[in-house]
Amino acid sequence: MNIHEYQAKELMEKYGVATPKGKVAETPEQAEAIAKEIGGSNLVIKAQIHAGGRGKGTFTSGFKGGVHLCDSPAKIKDFASKMLGQTLVTHQTGPEGRLVNKLLIAESTSIEKELYFAIVMDRTSQSPVVIASTEGGVDIEAVSEKTPEKITHEIIDPALGLQPFQALKIAKSLGLKGDLTKQAVKLFQNLFTMFLKTDCSLLEINPLVITKENKVLALDAKFNFDDNALYRHPEIVAYRDTAEEDPREVEASKFSLNYIGLDGNIACMVNGAGLAMATMDIIQYAGGKPANFLDVGGGASEQQVTEAFKILASDKNVKAILVNIFGGIMKCDIIAQGVMNAAKIVKLEVPLIVRLEGTNVEEGKKLLKESGMAIISADDLADAAKKAVAAATGK
Amino acid sequence: MAVLVDKNTRLLVQGITGKAGAFHAKSCMDYGTNVVAGVTPGRHGETFEGKVPIFDTSSEARKETGCNATMIFVPPPFAADAIMEAVDAGIELVICITEGLPVMDMMRVKTFMKGKSSRLIGPNCPGIITPGACKIGIMPGYIHKPGKVGIVSRSGTLTYEAVWQLSSRGIGQSTCIGIGGDPINGTSQTDAIKLFNEDPETDAMIMIGEIGGTAEEEAAAYIKQYVKKPVAAFIAGATAPPGRRMGHAGAIVSGGKGTAAAKIEALLDAGIAVAHTPADMGSTLAKLLK
Repeated sequence: MNIHEYQAKELMEKYGVATPKGKVAETPEQAEAIAKEIGGSNLVIKAQIHAGGRGKGTFTSGFKGGVHLCDSPAKIKDFASKMLGQTLVTHQTGPEGRLVNKLLIAESTSIEKELYFAIVMDRTSQSPVVIASTEGGVDIEAVSEKTPEKITHEIIDPALGLQPFQALKIAKSLGLKGDLTKQAVKLFQNLFTMFLKTDCSLLEINPLVITKENKVLALDAKFNFDDNALYRHPEIVAYRDTAEEDPREVEASKFSLNYIGLDGNIACMVNGAGLAMATMDIIQYAGGKPANFLDVGGGASEQQVTEAFKILASDKNVKAILVNIFGGIMKCDIIAQGVMNAAKIVKLEVPLIVRLEGTNVEEGKKLLKESGMAIISADDLADAAKKAVAAATGK
Repeated sequence: MAVLVDKNTRLLVQGITGKAGAFHAKSCMDYGTNVVAGVTPGRHGETFEGKVPIFDTSSEARKETGCNATMIFVPPPFAADAIMEAVDAGIELVICITEGLPVMDMMRVKTFMKGKSSRLIGPNCPGIITPGACKIGIMPGYIHKPGKVGIVSRSGTLTYEAVWQLSSRGIGQSTCIGIGGDPINGTSQTDAIKLFNEDPETDAMIMIGEIGGTAEEEAAAYIKQYVKKPVAAFIAGATAPPGRRMGHAGAIVSGGKGTAAAKIEALLDAGIAVAHTPADMGSTLAKLLK
């Protein structure tokens, strides 16, 4: 799950991580009031959308830039009125852009140096790892490729946490001295506590800045949270902004379906994540393009299957639907019943290809046969993919 | 005798009175697995299916029944604790079927298991089966056939697919191990390959991987150096978009790492026969046996 910049800032403040002064605004008046509260003439206003590239983006109204420096609360108010309620298009949003409902108003910091700090869940060491670099504000992958010596890695024992000596070692590797070292050690430890307490899978501060006033601040942050742990973090679930997500995925998540929207035209319904991925692969191999990833899981109910099928059938790009089930826990008759229920509710306008195997396969096949639905049945995986591609291309 | 489980396995089921636990405990018993005990805290003294004694804790079950393997169906918030309880009881083989364990919980489990002798399989896995002898998990038993091919996989249904392709060709399996789709798990691809390599009853292997992490690359390096038996492989997720978690918590390409292309390259370099599509897993292995 992703969160907004202002939400990340709120979370960091809660854990005592130093960030620039600032707050979120939903109206131009609020924006002006926050600017007055911050004071001074070094202010910045930032559109709150999940996509990157905001500064260089353009609003569909023609107004340029999702990030602006301002020198007075009056200007903040003026900019806010031009950004709120408008759609911002950046290189990451696609041409449809994103509606801007919230703005972050913050003090603009005078930067002496930009650094990089991240904590990731590392699979190889099966521990959290801190990654730090003197090269902040840039793409860390590029730094890692060209100048790996500028990156420090420190493996942290999850049971012990980030020890003070480790935090100090990281601060020294970033070339910090004197009071800056102390500030950084405190900031790193607070970030690590936050990482553990909120079940982060990735926490990236880029850039971590040293200001001209000798302060260490987390300027921009990116967090990913472990979806499996969200049940114990209602405060983070509350940060979810469904306006930022694919509407098909939002619909699927209401029914606890594992769905990812793609841009092809062959919809697929599969049980099991591995088989669902493999089904996408074989569709592509057969010359088609999958419209989605969908794992209905092992314990899906008839209702979940029905809802899943409705999502697939109502996708306007879809030219064929492929149901590929290898029943283990999932019983083939449940799938068949769900598909039949859905077909009663949504008018099925595209060809339906079904491949069933495994638990209760005979019952499932019988149900579908007796339903009188127009179904193209397939014998195995390769046959199913071939028939789906043929159906989607009208051959 | 295949690997890890056989006729002598004495199985405990943790969470035996839950819906999924009860259903699959029954189906394992029907297959012929020797289910000797169940655990559901607070239900000590009851029995399952009129014969399997239920205990409050794994250590009681171990003491009373001598169980040497356990299958866990405890819900995600309590599953890590159930694994640690089983390890603490000294149960040799711990199989966690539960899906959805937080990664932080698994890190604690791994720290806890250091220096202890139990082996963990999973979590988020279908389990393990030695066809005709012992089924521990949620896989449909009837698709399997006793034989000499070892299968290790990160995906449940994709394993069934491979098994079915083999059985339909008359090729049986020694043991099939589902290691699970989570980023941190108990038994790795390499661990399973080592077991099969040392097992006189296993003549060939199929390794089924997916995008994310480097488990397949590590296994490929091991195979290149130590394995003489023929190995076939398939990697799922070649067409998955980067940065998206494909159902399994561990199936994600991030920062350009964990791609199917990199894995396939490592497999080919190790002399492993890679199936181009999931429909070719059986035929790819069959060619190696000729």
